[in-house]
Amino acid sequence: MQSTRFIVIRWFLVAFACSIAPIAGWASDIAQFRVTKGSVYLERGGQRLPARVGTHLQATDTVVTGADGSAGIAFIDNSLLSVGPNSVLAIERYAFNSTTHEGAFESSLRRGTLSVVSGKIAKQSPDAMKVKTPSSVLGVRGTEFLVRSTD
Amino acid sequence: MHRHYAALIASMVLGGCATSNQDFIVLLPDKEGKVGTVVVQSQKGKAVLNTAYAAARTTPDGGVQRSTASQSEVKDVFASALAAQPSRPMSFILYFESGNDEFTEESKQEVKRLLAEMARRQAPDITVIGHTDLVGPNPSNDALSLQRAERVKSILAGMGIPAERILTAGRGRREPLIPTAEGIPEPRNRRVEINVR
Repeated sequence: MQSTRFIVIRWFLVAFACSIAPIAGWASDIAQFRVTKGSVYLERGGQRLPARVGTHLQATDTVVTGADGSAGIAFIDNSLLSVGPNSVLAIERYAFNSTTHEGAFESSLRRGTLSVVSGKIAKQSPDAMKVKTPSSVLGVRGTEFLVRSTD
Repeated sequence: MHRHYAALIASMVLGGCATSNQDFIVLLPDKEGKVGTVVVQSQKGKAVLNTAYAAARTTPDGGVQRSTASQSEVKDVFASALAAQPSRPMSFILYFESGNDEFTEESKQEVKRLLAEMARRQAPDITVIGHTDLVGPNPSNDALSLQRAERVKSILAGMGIPAERILTAGRGRREPLIPTAEGIPEPRNRRVEINVR
């Protein structure tokens, strides 16, 4: 009896793990590179990954461009961010409910240049999108703007 | 570190003239000429940017200085970032024939335009968004709109669009195309929208 119950529980665990895995994979992809030029890479969990058109981004990834680099990223709420050369852009928080359009989008331009076209998150909730730099916090109520942060 | 000392010395020598150690923020008009709002909050200052080319610079003492940027200045500083902007997302709207699973004739043409736009873009991803009219409460409309989106996803996947590039969403009754009173059946609101990125 005990062992039967154990097996049943184990089956449930396996079934559960299998069912959430693809959902987790889907939910963690929040954006894709749409443009890359020169040297562009991602920092994710201490690892450096190459970035090409079609590469997925996850919340908490950091985008880094070299002296010849630039990159454009489209998020699933239709926000568009692009960075110029010698830039470091950290995605610190990204959440988007595609039914209600509620969410949160916080990024940090540590250095370099950034162009922003805000999307559905900022349109739904005026204080949900923020861009930080080492010396300021930008509250985004739409829609298009540019930021340079010099270190 | 050396650079910071150099900047500090330079700022002392120049007697408070601007150093390069600043943020520079510029609000742009959108494609239709409309402008939004960005609020810049620094350690000791705040600036509200809400006109085209309104700009702000943070100052070494933690403040914010408001100004207006020239287009040539924008080009000098931001040309590379602007050139790397992704293409704007495009939206396509599809309708089903009432009572069956077929797209209307007009929507079949719209599907062709959608596929052409996807072919123009490199490795595009799309979101398929179902919408309903204002008949019934949120939960049932959320479920219904997601079902419609899933149905369109499987049709598009059947046309060869990789399923992993298709997200689905059920927006329910929150975004009617034609505003109507509560409870009014409106076929133009029962639609599926596709965002191509």
